[in-house]
Amino acid sequence: MFHTEVLEVNMGPQHPATHGVLRVILSLDGETVVKCRPVIGYLHRGVEKLSEHKSYLMIPPLCDRLDYVASGSQNLGYIEAVEKMLSLEVPPRGQYIRVILAELNRISSHLVWLGTHGLDIGAMTVFFYCFRERELILDMFESFCGARLTTNMFRIGGTLEDLPPGWTDRCRHFIDILPSRIKEYEGLLSMNRIWLERTKGVGVISAEDAISWGITGPCLRGSGVNYDLRKAEPYEAYADLDFDIPTGQNCDTYDRYLVRMEEMRQSARIIRQALDRLPDGDFRNPKVPKKIKPPVGEVYHVIEGPRGEQGFYIRSDGTEKPYRMRFRSPSFVNLQALPVMTEGSLIADVVAVIGTLDIVLGDADR
Amino acid sequence: MTTDGTPPEGKPPAPKPPPPKPAAPGKPDLSLPVPNAALDALSEAMGDAVEEVTWFAGGVSVRVAPERLIEVLSFLRDDPRSRMNLLSDLCGAHFPADEKGFEVMYHLYSIPNNLRIRVKVRVDEQTPVATVIPLWATANWHEREVFDLFGVRFEGHPDLTRILLPDDWKGHPLRKEYPLEGFTEQHPRFR
Repeated sequence: MFHTEVLEVNMGPQHPATHGVLRVILSLDGETVVKCRPVIGYLHRGVEKLSEHKSYLMIPPLCDRLDYVASGSQNLGYIEAVEKMLSLEVPPRGQYIRVILAELNRISSHLVWLGTHGLDIGAMTVFFYCFRERELILDMFESFCGARLTTNMFRIGGTLEDLPPGWTDRCRHFIDILPSRIKEYEGLLSMNRIWLERTKGVGVISAEDAISWGITGPCLRGSGVNYDLRKAEPYEAYADLDFDIPTGQNCDTYDRYLVRMEEMRQSARIIRQALDRLPDGDFRNPKVPKKIKPPVGEVYHVIEGPRGEQGFYIRSDGTEKPYRMRFRSPSFVNLQALPVMTEGSLIADVVAVIGTLDIVLGDADR
Repeated sequence: MTTDGTPPEGKPPAPKPPPPKPAAPGKPDLSLPVPNAALDALSEAMGDAVEEVTWFAGGVSVRVAPERLIEVLSFLRDDPRSRMNLLSDLCGAHFPADEKGFEVMYHLYSIPNNLRIRVKVRVDEQTPVATVIPLWATANWHEREVFDLFGVRFEGHPDLTRILLPDDWKGHPLRKEYPLEGFTEQHPRFR
């Protein structure tokens, strides 16, 4: 066998395929990756420290800016953690609106994943199609709360506002067209020979390894583990709604692609049921105290974000500011498995695996 | 205290901790225990390692002796009644008033049993905590982060370097004495 000299290459921090400012130090033997070492921290903003100096009501906008592609889920998880500490009930209408918005957020996040993942591997058309549909979701967010990306649409005890007039019809229209649009993406990719070659058998991680590396979300389900917090520890109105958890078998990039595509369909199914059953009444608990002062204690609350388990640990000392605020970000944890998934494969596969892990560096670096 | 109310000579008595306030009417008591099979299994098998058990809003925290940490965590991972196969999170906290000022927390979750438990250890700055990488590979970056932001060291960690902050950074920002805006004289160009 021929062996060339091992060459060290810096991929990033400014590289279009690293989805932000991720630096990967690669040791290459020809085109084969011998060693891979991700370096993060370029977007570290000290959000945990900052949160200790802000009151509970001032933290949600900070959460939005962690994972800016899924700001709704970030927001929801934090607010649920605070509600758990206050033992505050959310009225049914508030819960259903939250579910609808969180699932729309999941679809929009998966659309960004699909578009950029396709773009990384060379399928440019999918990117434009995905962003066409994402635009419809962002428009709905805009008409609900005024913002498109860092939405900050939930409040302690409920939501920011009630749904504006005509909003449900708009949402229903979107849910009606989405399945046919998903078919369009699949028509471009699922049987595409280049896509199959680039994703099948790439970035394989067994279920056992995935659990040991702490991987959660679609990446874990792609390895065949049926674990979704919406089913395991149902929050909001998920216990009343009927949906399936797709899982993969081959633990590779292609199966993770299939899982996410099916998740978008399931999200649409959840939204349709939630729209049909949307109860009347308050959208926010009228008894929310003006000053949020949780009792002394600690809470670790997790929800199923588009990327996996989003954890929020709050330690309260009985004052208006948290004593310790910790964000457990799925991007940080999932990214850690990049070396196991890429070492021994080709350099081009590193790009595919970064895409399939679906990381947001704002979330990883906090 | 003497009978006439004057304090006795020598050391003044330590102030008594205030009695726990009863929950206000209409508010549920958050410190009520909830059945947890993993905790039962743990207290049966190695109850002597458990220093304190606290409950809040349905979640349980178990504080264990630092020297028995690995033993307790291995038990929780492997015992069929707990099977905590996912290390959901690992983080730290700083309590400058305490003698052992740092707390390291392990948030465990069991996918087969759908159970959660939080294990804690308290250490001072000098004492390293045993690494849990042999039990869960995911602990690697979490421990680096705790080292980076709190300065707690982990014994046996293969690569204990800073992860979020630059390598030449001085200080550990999540410590309570660290100012919010940092020691700006150290890093004038970050202002």
